[in-house]
Amino acid sequence: MQEAISFTPQLTASPIAEILWMIPAVPIVAAGLSALLKQSRRKASATLAIASLSFSLLLSLYAFAHVVRAWAIYGAAREVVNLTWFQTGAVNVDLGWVLDPLSAVMLVMVSFVGLLIFIYSTGYMEHDENYTRFFCFMSLFAGAMLGVVISNSLLLLFICWELVGLTSYLLIGFWYQKPSAAAAAKKAFLTTRIGDVFFLLGMVWLFSQSGTLLFYNHGAGSLEPSALAGLLATPAALGLTAAGAIGLLIFAGAAGKSGQFPLHVWLPDAMEGPTPVSALIHAATMVAAGVYLIARVYPLMHAGALAGGTTTALTVVTWVGAFTAVFAALIAVAQNDIKRVLAYSTVSQLGYMMAGLGMGGVAVGMFHLITHGFFKALLFMGAGSVIHGCHEEQDIRKMGGLKSDMPLTFLTYAIGMLALCGFPLLFSGFWSKDGILEAAQHWSVAKAPLYMLVFGALLTAFYMTRQVAYVFFGYWRGGKPALESPAVMTVPLAILALFAMALGLIGTPAWPWFRAFLDGHAAAFAWSGFLEPGLLTLMGASTFVVFLGIGLAWHFYSDRSPSPQEPDELERVIPIAWGWLRDKLYVDEFYGVTVIAFYEGWARVSDWLDRRVWGGVVTGVAWTFGLWAQLNRFLDNNIVNGTFDKGCDELGVGGGLLSRVQTGRVQTYLRLLALGVVLLAAILIWSSRA
Amino acid sequence: MTPLAGYLLVAALLFSIGLAGALTRRNAILVLIGIELMLNAANLNLIAFWRYGPHPEALTGMMFAIFSIAVAAAEAAVGLGLVISIHRHAKTTDLDQMNRMKG
Amino acid sequence: MSLVFYLITALTVAGGLASMLLKNTVHCALAVTVAFAGLAFFFLNLDAQFAGFAQILVYIGAVAILVVFAILLTKGSETPKDGVFSRTWLSGLAIAAAVFAMLGWAILHTASMLPGATPVPTVTVRQIGQALIGRYVLPLEIVAVLLTVALIGAVIVAMHEKEGTK
Repeated sequence: MQEAISFTPQLTASPIAEILWMIPAVPIVAAGLSALLKQSRRKASATLAIASLSFSLLLSLYAFAHVVRAWAIYGAAREVVNLTWFQTGAVNVDLGWVLDPLSAVMLVMVSFVGLLIFIYSTGYMEHDENYTRFFCFMSLFAGAMLGVVISNSLLLLFICWELVGLTSYLLIGFWYQKPSAAAAAKKAFLTTRIGDVFFLLGMVWLFSQSGTLLFYNHGAGSLEPSALAGLLATPAALGLTAAGAIGLLIFAGAAGKSGQFPLHVWLPDAMEGPTPVSALIHAATMVAAGVYLIARVYPLMHAGALAGGTTTALTVVTWVGAFTAVFAALIAVAQNDIKRVLAYSTVSQLGYMMAGLGMGGVAVGMFHLITHGFFKALLFMGAGSVIHGCHEEQDIRKMGGLKSDMPLTFLTYAIGMLALCGFPLLFSGFWSKDGILEAAQHWSVAKAPLYMLVFGALLTAFYMTRQVAYVFFGYWRGGKPALESPAVMTVPLAILALFAMALGLIGTPAWPWFRAFLDGHAAAFAWSGFLEPGLLTLMGASTFVVFLGIGLAWHFYSDRSPSPQEPDELERVIPIAWGWLRDKLYVDEFYGVTVIAFYEGWARVSDWLDRRVWGGVVTGVAWTFGLWAQLNRFLDNNIVNGTFDKGCDELGVGGGLLSRVQTGRVQTYLRLLALGVVLLAAILIWSSRA
Repeated sequence: MTPLAGYLLVAALLFSIGLAGALTRRNAILVLIGIELMLNAANLNLIAFWRYGPHPEALTGMMFAIFSIAVAAAEAAVGLGLVISIHRHAKTTDLDQMNRMKG
Repeated sequence: MSLVFYLITALTVAGGLASMLLKNTVHCALAVTVAFAGLAFFFLNLDAQFAGFAQILVYIGAVAILVVFAILLTKGSETPKDGVFSRTWLSGLAIAAAVFAMLGWAILHTASMLPGATPVPTVTVRQIGQALIGRYVLPLEIVAVLLTVALIGAVIVAMHEKEGTK
């Protein structure tokens, strides 16, 4: 179901809203301070990071409580604080932050999960020599992500968006001495950059059309009815209105950051970074930034939809999301690296979120985002614990039987896995995914996304069970025996596991608190919520699909434990398709042949141009100057100097000649006298005649 | 040709002859003789112009010539005295050999 | 242009030429004396009797004698061995010719403007004396001083140097 989000009234800013900017600012300042520390000051760096994020968490919790209270009293709550950054001519460039339910839940999720991961990292990164640098970057990332969440201005959001991308690059390439890590970081940055170009275009277009970059500005913001009406009235190309076109451009940016097909290729490679990085950035927060962006600009994307209908932009979002969900899930089935399975799973789940946004509105997509943030972080951290316990081994075919060696990890991981699969009732993933399926069921455009998403759920259950069977069941195929991780790593796992289960409670149809909170109306507890038409059928179907997936995978993989040399069980059945899936359906290769080859060709042309043509021009100019200088030197030496010297010589010669007049003899002088008289007389006569 | 023109021509001829001698002869005394000849030619000029001029009764030309004669005589005396002195010093009156002024 | 004029001209020019061309210096001095005489005749022809007689007295009577004395004192009577004319006599001759050409041209060109025959002026010695004392008394006195100075100067210049005084 889609609902237009309308909030009334907009309150004047409360004290917490005024200081909301401190939530991102404090971690960024901590990052700055941390950058000044020497590498040996590990404790100081970690303390700075954890303390700053704890402060942000406390403020976020306070802000969340404030919003909940306001929501309880007024039924809706949005506070904005805007300021003008600078003016150029008649144009004001504004920044601001917003405190509404959407930003409040994201603040709490990001800071809470972030804090847990920070604490976890103190254990995971303990043996790394670049500990200080790690926490500096993580703090910077946390600050930037929180900035994305609270910003009320598309410009401020973009700035923080780019900062998040930068820190992602820095953290993926944290072990930059490894060429694969450096390449992965570069790939991540460039791929998201492609999306960001479209984002920037959309932002500029929105600014030029609506005259403001602020989302909400007491009626004058770009997401408020008057601006949206204006955007709808302006036609763009291909039968879209300006609103739809801008929405699609912004979605392109979100697709880059959130790893939608075809810009998903960077996410699996991003697993080169340390596992806490994968947990924080590539599971819970940064990749969610794209989904959050779409949720934030949802009024724009939804503008112009008739009651019960949808817009072109949202339709595109849905299809891309649904396709990505299935595509990535298929590839995840054939991966053998523990983190890669989770990476493709993330891509798939992001597709679910986008599809949920497209079909069901902000609340549906955001609920899955929140629950996913918790259980995916849990899964990644659990994977990190496994890797740590298996002495940095990451191939699942070299693990096995860890449920007895690492019981705590196994328990929390199992909870996370079940949440991801959508195991019914107890796990938040079930409720959030069902919300999406329900929206798909009622989607007016087509039914295909529903089937795709259900198939995706089947695949999810299958590959997660495969992974768990490989890692925790069977017998140990690795080298040294595995060890359980220290408490500093397992306690955050436990906390997250709790949330992975408990969060479901705020999103059940019986008590849709989350949806009501985000949509701005009251929530009531009513068992009749379960009696929505088709809901119970859907729940039954999804449950069946989950069990089917788990059962199939169990059939293939329980207690088999193949070693790396033997083919996978499923591979025996469908060898060719397995090969395709293992090779990630050749998307990277396709890019390599088309885009990258194209760019390489251009690079060669540019190089040739630069060296031959421009370089030739420069060399030619230099050579001309050299020639000119030679000419000048020649002129100077021979002509100027020569002339001068010759002149002097001639003068000398002339002088010598003239000195011959001075014979010393009287008669010579007399002759000259007489000659002079003759000449004078001649001149006189001549002039008097004339 | 008027008589005046004739006298003037003669005077010019004499002057040129005197000049030619003064410029070409080696002996210093002959140079002095040439100079005397030139002076005399000038005197002839003066007297001719006095005679055929507009106011001969003013005696200007005659006076000029007389004074010229007097001064020429004095100059000849001094000049010859100099030549004698030089001869005493350089043992010769050959002007070609006297180039102490050569620069 | 009367015959007398041409005769006197011939005499004078001959004398002048001879004085400049002869090898023997004494002969040159005598020739120039002839030229002086010719000039005196010119003056007489021009009715400047006083000037003519003054010319004879001063030039022939004093200057010529003086020149001869000088020649004798400087052993000029001997014919020099290198020749009497300067090594570069041609340029001197050319210059003199140029001077004559210029003078001649000037004279002939303005010949038409020159006055023709004029009445003979009557000049008495009394007039000349009165002019000398009257109008020309200053030049007279100056010439007197000049002659005195020249006399003294010539004596000093030509005097034998005493031993020890320089």
